[in-house]
Amino acid sequence: MSLIATESLTKRYGPRVTALADLTVTVEPGIIGLVGANGAGKSTLIKILLGLLPPTGGSARVLGLDPVRQGEQVRARVGYMPEHDSLPPDLIAAELVTHLARVSGLPRTSARERASETLRHVGLYEERYRQVGGYSTGMKQRVKLAQALVHDPDLLLLDEPTNGLDPAGRDAMLELISRIGTEFGISIVVCSHLLGEVERICDSLVAIDAGRLLRADRISSMTTATGVLVIEVDEGTEELAEALAGLDVGEVRRDGPALLVPLTGDDIYDRVLRAVAERDLPLHRLDQRHHRVAELFATETTETTETTVTQS
Amino acid sequence: MTDRAAGVIHDIGYQRYQGPRLGRGYAVGSLLTHSLRTAYGLGRSAKAKVFPWLVVGIVGVVAVVVTAIRSVTGEVVLSYLDFPDAVFPLAVLFCAVVAPELVSRDLRSGVLSLYFSRPLRRTDYGLAKLAALIGAVWLLLTGPMLVMFLGGVFSVDGWRAVWDEVGDFGSGLAYAALHAVLVSAVSLLIASLVSRRAVAAPIVVAAFLVTLPIVGLLETAGGETARQLSGLFSPETLLVGVRVWLAPEPDSMDLGGFGPLYGAVTVALVAACAGLLLVRYRRVRA
Repeated sequence: MSLIATESLTKRYGPRVTALADLTVTVEPGIIGLVGANGAGKSTLIKILLGLLPPTGGSARVLGLDPVRQGEQVRARVGYMPEHDSLPPDLIAAELVTHLARVSGLPRTSARERASETLRHVGLYEERYRQVGGYSTGMKQRVKLAQALVHDPDLLLLDEPTNGLDPAGRDAMLELISRIGTEFGISIVVCSHLLGEVERICDSLVAIDAGRLLRADRISSMTTATGVLVIEVDEGTEELAEALAGLDVGEVRRDGPALLVPLTGDDIYDRVLRAVAERDLPLHRLDQRHHRVAELFATETTETTETTVTQS
Repeated sequence: MTDRAAGVIHDIGYQRYQGPRLGRGYAVGSLLTHSLRTAYGLGRSAKAKVFPWLVVGIVGVVAVVVTAIRSVTGEVVLSYLDFPDAVFPLAVLFCAVVAPELVSRDLRSGVLSLYFSRPLRRTDYGLAKLAALIGAVWLLLTGPMLVMFLGGVFSVDGWRAVWDEVGDFGSGLAYAALHAVLVSAVSLLIASLVSRRAVAAPIVVAAFLVTLPIVGLLETAGGETARQLSGLFSPETLLVGVRVWLAPEPDSMDLGGFGPLYGAVTVALVAACAGLLLVRYRRVRA
């Protein structure tokens, strides 16, 4: 059973605004990054998956359930962390999370136990008896994550979880999400407009733009297919380019002062290094290009109507 | 737990929840009890407790004084049915502060999106909040009435008198419930439309006050029919009208034959407020 499956999902607000257009995508369990610019339709998709918004057309299934007709069952098994501020400032964190656990259907005692446990997992154990209003932005984000996790959902939907955090806070939040996905065994959909952020922790990516599916695939298949070795030498670039062309390593491209060689196998590094050493060239840089996925999305113009993301 | 006794350090990693997951009814009940506690500032800061308990104190003092007078002189200053009418302004004041506390605060903090992403319908939220406020107001009115009842039972002689006392107390509880339902429905609807508590509170008070002059005007300037119908235009006199219709007493408001109309208008007003409240929560952005 796939985690999430949509079939020609469409959402229109009035006659003009189309938030989602004919979106067909299948996602398997794991950590999934849902990326797209602001206004691409990420939040709309999340709300349809939660059964909070009815789609205009098409259908969706979450954990094998139909969110339109079985919204309550879906919401009992899904945890949602909204993008915007959503915490009453006058409540004590432990009380708030306990209360929300009970609204999710946990009996009183279990709710209290799991609230403390979850607050400990998100790193707020010491501060859990303080009022939420006195928390920093990072702590508030953690409370929002805790309330989504407290009823032990099978799927977490996180809408821009790193919003408003400083770089250290972002790293900590991403690490926490990654741990929840890998160690806790809970599938996660992370919405973000920052691709560089989610690609660090996700198994697969779904990219949408203006309500349309841009691409959906496993991160590994995206990067291995497009891995590039960047070589930069202080002098003799032309000479090296000729040498590499003769080495049968695939198409050698120029990118400013650097040469790009497709990373097709493990021996590419050695062969390139040997070529540089034989000609005694001053090597300036040799590395695998990062953020390749970002470029991939940026240059992607063809529309993929149906792509299946699979995970073993 | 043998391994715990042996002092083995447990894996404190994440544990899946295997226990029962109770459904929507339990979720609504949880929200209701939480809201009822919120109304009286329980589980909240000391500041949040001040106002509700101040009102409880004043209403309680009224009941204690009435009970004391009765036990000393035997004179019933306020009957069980008079009591809700007598403290009506306090009930309104209570709602003006508590209703925004229950719903305006949630609108402002955005916590609705956390509720609506759980096994709870949007309309459930509105109904749970309404039930909580009705319960809070009813307790405000009936708690002190219980003091009056206990005082009354011990000051009358004979089982027959006690039985009469129980009957009077029962009708007092029912009338208090009618008060609670009407006042709560009107004030919660208003509060649900305003996200700032400081703005919502005066509007609630005004809703109950501005209608009174209309009643006064009709009473003094209108003809007999106008006078008999005048009570329909304000919640306070509307409630008195229902009471007079169902339990006529000498020297009470003259309703003519319009008693049932008072009942119908009360039901319609409550239904309209509750209906609009549900529409409000079906539409609200969260």
